[in-house]
Amino acid sequence: MIWDWDYTRELLPSLLHGLRYTVQATLLGYVLAVLAGLLWAVLRRSGNVVVDQAVRWVVEFVRSTPLLVQLAFLYYALPATGVRFSALVTGVIGLGLHYSAYTAEVYRAGIADVPRGQWEAATALNLPRRRVWLAVVLPQAVRRVIPPLGNYLIAMFKDSPLLLVITVPEMMHEAQAAGSPTGRFLEPFTVAAVLFVFVSVVSSVLIRRLERRYGTV
Amino acid sequence: MWDVIEAPILWQGAWVTVQLTLYSAALAFALAFPFGLAGISRHAWVRAIGRFYVEVFRGLPALVLMFWFFYSLPLAGLRLETLFAGVAALGLNYGAYGAEVVRGALKAVPKTQFEAAVALNLRPAQRVRRVLLPQAVPLMLPTFGNQLVELMKATAIVSLISISDLMFRAQQLRSSTGEGAAVFLVILVMYFVIAQAMLLLVRYLERRSERTLGRVRAEGAAR
Repeated sequence: MIWDWDYTRELLPSLLHGLRYTVQATLLGYVLAVLAGLLWAVLRRSGNVVVDQAVRWVVEFVRSTPLLVQLAFLYYALPATGVRFSALVTGVIGLGLHYSAYTAEVYRAGIADVPRGQWEAATALNLPRRRVWLAVVLPQAVRRVIPPLGNYLIAMFKDSPLLLVITVPEMMHEAQAAGSPTGRFLEPFTVAAVLFVFVSVVSSVLIRRLERRYGTV
Repeated sequence: MWDVIEAPILWQGAWVTVQLTLYSAALAFALAFPFGLAGISRHAWVRAIGRFYVEVFRGLPALVLMFWFFYSLPLAGLRLETLFAGVAALGLNYGAYGAEVVRGALKAVPKTQFEAAVALNLRPAQRVRRVLLPQAVPLMLPTFGNQLVELMKATAIVSLISISDLMFRAQQLRSSTGEGAAVFLVILVMYFVIAQAMLLLVRYLERRSERTLGRVRAEGAAR
């Protein structure tokens, strides 16, 4: 083997800097995914057939096409709308929207699990629609969706290297940039891989612990 | 827009994407069964091997693995064919997800079935092949179907090591026509059609396997 420890030490700062972008994009994207997914799930329950079917097919479309292509599409299509987003913001939007298609399904199942009697009781009490959702249905649904939602956070973390295709300086991008001039790719990619496994194993342990505390189903 | 849709290189790319999906799925399948079976073994060290494979290759993004195979391994003295680097990364990654599906399905077969197989004096291999697997496979199919679509989506990353799949062809077309948004919109639709076709095929297999087992179809096998 021809592993060079000095080179590894030199690389580490830029890789960790890239990791910061990776984590940032993941967390921001996650917030978007969690909120937008909820919106899709609620819209599908709006009672309007057109809205329901439209949302259903859009979600199905987003879920069955590659994130990489969606990112590339956003990167070229967003500027045409007149607004200039940075690569990172474009990446966050892409990542968040892609995974909102998955979280929508999680919420849908969580909402379907709320017993019918709860809806009927809310109707009998003459609650306005807003309060039916906010005070009755969602508080019960959210507890059921915490474990699966946690898994999507890890999934998003693992998909974040795809942002390199739209030039976000995340970890894989940095690793590639570090190796390109010399062609010495062994150390950067190996260190990046180790960091990825480390972060995803640690966060899956953390999420499992959170589940045990809050996911009372 | 129309010249984009009619571009023959996109259709060639779509075919490469389908082929890549099938190769990687075959590899993932071949890995999922032994490692999934290892996960229910009586011996702790066999289970440990299964867990190690699953944790490592589920924790690593396929892209990271693929770059490592493509850029790093040659420097350590092992040069892989480009196509092989892509297929190996995807297969190892999705094999780990598949192993968990196989393990979960095997564990879902009622314990009494296993006990009955022991009581009938079946050898361990017979227990698995004749009793456990025939009941577990129908349980795996819906999840395998969804993972096949996930795998097909994941193949888009091979464009980054210049395998000429649909995404790679789209990038070429973008740089020659300059119509980025239109090109990528068209191939998004192409990916969607491929995914829906794969789902139809899997649903058909599900119905067939349920018929052979004489089971009633479960309501809406949700993705």
